[in-house]
Amino acid sequence: MLDLIAPFFERLYDTTGLNFSPFYNSYDWGRLVEGMWVSVKLITAIIAVSLVIGVIGAGAQTSRLRIIRWMVSAYIEIFRNTPPIVQLLFFYFGLGAITPQVDMGGWYEPAIGSFGWAVIAIGIFGGSYNVEIFRSGIEAVPASTKEAAESLGFSGFKIFVYVTFPLALRICLPALTNNIVSLAKTSSLAYVIAVPEITYSLSGIWSDSVNVPEMMLLLFGYYIVLIAIIARIMTMIERKIALPGYGQ
Amino acid sequence: MTPNWTVSRLTWRAPVLAAGLCVLATLAAMAQDGSTGRPSALATLITWMPFILKGFGLNLVMSVLAMALATVSGVILGFMQISPVTLIRLPAKLVTNLFRNSPWLVILFAIMFLVPFQITLPGGDKVMVPDWLKATFGFSLPVMANVSEILRGAVASIPSGQWESAESLAFTRGQTLRHIILPQCIRRMLPPWMNWYALLTLMTPMAAILGVNEALGNTQAAMEAAGSRPEFLIPFYLFLMTIFFVVIYPISICTRRLEKRFATGS
Amino acid sequence: MMSPTGNRTVEQPIVALHGVHKSFGSLEVLKGIDIDVMKGEVVCIIGPSGSGKSTLIRTINGLTPVSKGSVKVEGIEVHDAKLDKLALRRKVGIVFQQYNLFPHRTVLQNVMMAPLLVLRENRTEVEERARALLAKVKLKDKENAYPAELSGGQQQRVAIARSLCMRPDVMLFDEVTAALDPETVKEVLVTIRDLAMDGMTCMLVTHEMGFAREISDRVYFTDAGRIVESGPPSQIFETPQDPRTQEFLSKVL
Repeated sequence: MLDLIAPFFERLYDTTGLNFSPFYNSYDWGRLVEGMWVSVKLITAIIAVSLVIGVIGAGAQTSRLRIIRWMVSAYIEIFRNTPPIVQLLFFYFGLGAITPQVDMGGWYEPAIGSFGWAVIAIGIFGGSYNVEIFRSGIEAVPASTKEAAESLGFSGFKIFVYVTFPLALRICLPALTNNIVSLAKTSSLAYVIAVPEITYSLSGIWSDSVNVPEMMLLLFGYYIVLIAIIARIMTMIERKIALPGYGQ
Repeated sequence: MTPNWTVSRLTWRAPVLAAGLCVLATLAAMAQDGSTGRPSALATLITWMPFILKGFGLNLVMSVLAMALATVSGVILGFMQISPVTLIRLPAKLVTNLFRNSPWLVILFAIMFLVPFQITLPGGDKVMVPDWLKATFGFSLPVMANVSEILRGAVASIPSGQWESAESLAFTRGQTLRHIILPQCIRRMLPPWMNWYALLTLMTPMAAILGVNEALGNTQAAMEAAGSRPEFLIPFYLFLMTIFFVVIYPISICTRRLEKRFATGS
Repeated sequence: MMSPTGNRTVEQPIVALHGVHKSFGSLEVLKGIDIDVMKGEVVCIIGPSGSGKSTLIRTINGLTPVSKGSVKVEGIEVHDAKLDKLALRRKVGIVFQQYNLFPHRTVLQNVMMAPLLVLRENRTEVEERARALLAKVKLKDKENAYPAELSGGQQQRVAIARSLCMRPDVMLFDEVTAALDPETVKEVLVTIRDLAMDGMTCMLVTHEMGFAREISDRVYFTDAGRIVESGPPSQIFETPQDPRTQEFLSKVL
């Protein structure tokens, strides 16, 4: 594929000085593609972790034990009121220093690599917002609906699964979409712990080939397209699960 | 029986708790220390605290400056977004969406790399643009876009009946905006605006990546200067998180209270 | 009517609609409306929902543009692109179903705002006039209250006073009692009746049949975008000619 577009970009470089090296240099191309791929994997993993944490946290907040509710609140407040980059560094350097080393047959590697810590740290960060989002969705489900379910004999857990959660999900979908888009953008922080995602790859290219403006363009372009795709997917989901006439 | 629960909101006890956590962690770090003659992690931290706090001052300066800049430019951009003139509205929409949908880090990189470190004024003098100033400008851009959105959203949330009755009373569009729509918008805009200030402040440590000597940069420099021992990492980073927490958490609470008040009262 | 020189002059209607059509996209809401309203007349427009009554009234002060036809107020074409809207809005006042008071201003400020800011009239004069109007709608003691503190009926009366403060020649009422509790409907109707008896030209879209019968000089019955029947209230309500009119009245009376 590179052979098709390479001549055009070489000519572009020769004539205008615009150096889009990934498009005619196979090594840079490799770096670009790997960066995009790692970025997509990273974002997907982060979103997944944050959603799981969000659901568990929202559920934990309904606990009868005050200590559990308090712990969830503490978690939310700490991760929403401290800088995400510091959280990431704390996890990677701070906690990373005390994680066990794995014997790789001669040398030792930390059990969790930079990619793993990025997913954990940013996922936990995103999860703290999701807990709030899910909680407000759950609170917005009218009590009368839940009472009706109770009167029909549903147990507490069944009410949550069959009545509360489906309604809460539809209510909080816009806020959730916002947070997911925000997490996709925050994933770029993984750069600081040398995760080879797109920002890191492109910064490598531009320091080698000195084509900062062109690579910046690619970087912006990548994120704008990615976010447009994510927003599109969320809109499709929203439309698919929307209840006709509800909430009008 | 459906459990009757309320989310317990931490109050002002929280900063104390956070500081408590910090101390606990440092004690844990101390326990790792063994009996060497070197100073403990806690002692090292205390020695370097003033240096880190000095850096934190720069974070606050950057955040206030960036917020001021972003508010002014964001409001202008917001007005452009609601303009009936397409030639003004479309570019404004594009700019807003560009900066809302790009990661903060990428925008920061772009500004740091693409804005020259030296500007030649019309008079011929050369002015050095310090790194932290460039970073401040870089931080103001995404917030500008979000302020613009806040304004647009607030104006759109005013019921059309207000526009119609103003029109029927012969107010021009400008008069309607100035006397009727915008006064009603200010309330709605305040909580999100405060929220963005908090977010902005939490993003300022990113400037450390690009060499600015603010709190994060100073923390890392301090750890290096004190010997880069692994037992420093947890206490130092926890301390850094705590100082941000102490400043941002009250803003968070304030914002939430305001939101509640504006939602229920009039 | 005879002028001093003996020539006959025909009195011009204060509001004249001729051949008014309005479509929203592919949906035609008004299909050729002709109405003439003379000065001092009280006209009521009745009809089923969706018959275009609100749209009709809103074409008169220019809130809704027409697709075809002409709307003239005091001989001036409303939908002329070059028209000074300010001059028109002075002449035509409108009161909406949802009152649309400005929530961030007191009652007195709501009434005074437009003449002060738009017409730039003298503050003392406007204040005097506003207070007199509030007294007329029997809300003198509420002048420093905010709209949210008032009942629906009180808010609607403030809305009427607000429109009147611009000293219009024609007042339009778009289903102004439809959103009110039954107890407060009467106080608003009394206000409108007093206004009509003082000689104001009024055009009302309303469901209050008893009221329409009591105060109007002419009643227009619309259905599906057309005027089906029109005439004095005694004719429309007691001896409706068209079967559609009869059907509608049998359902609502």
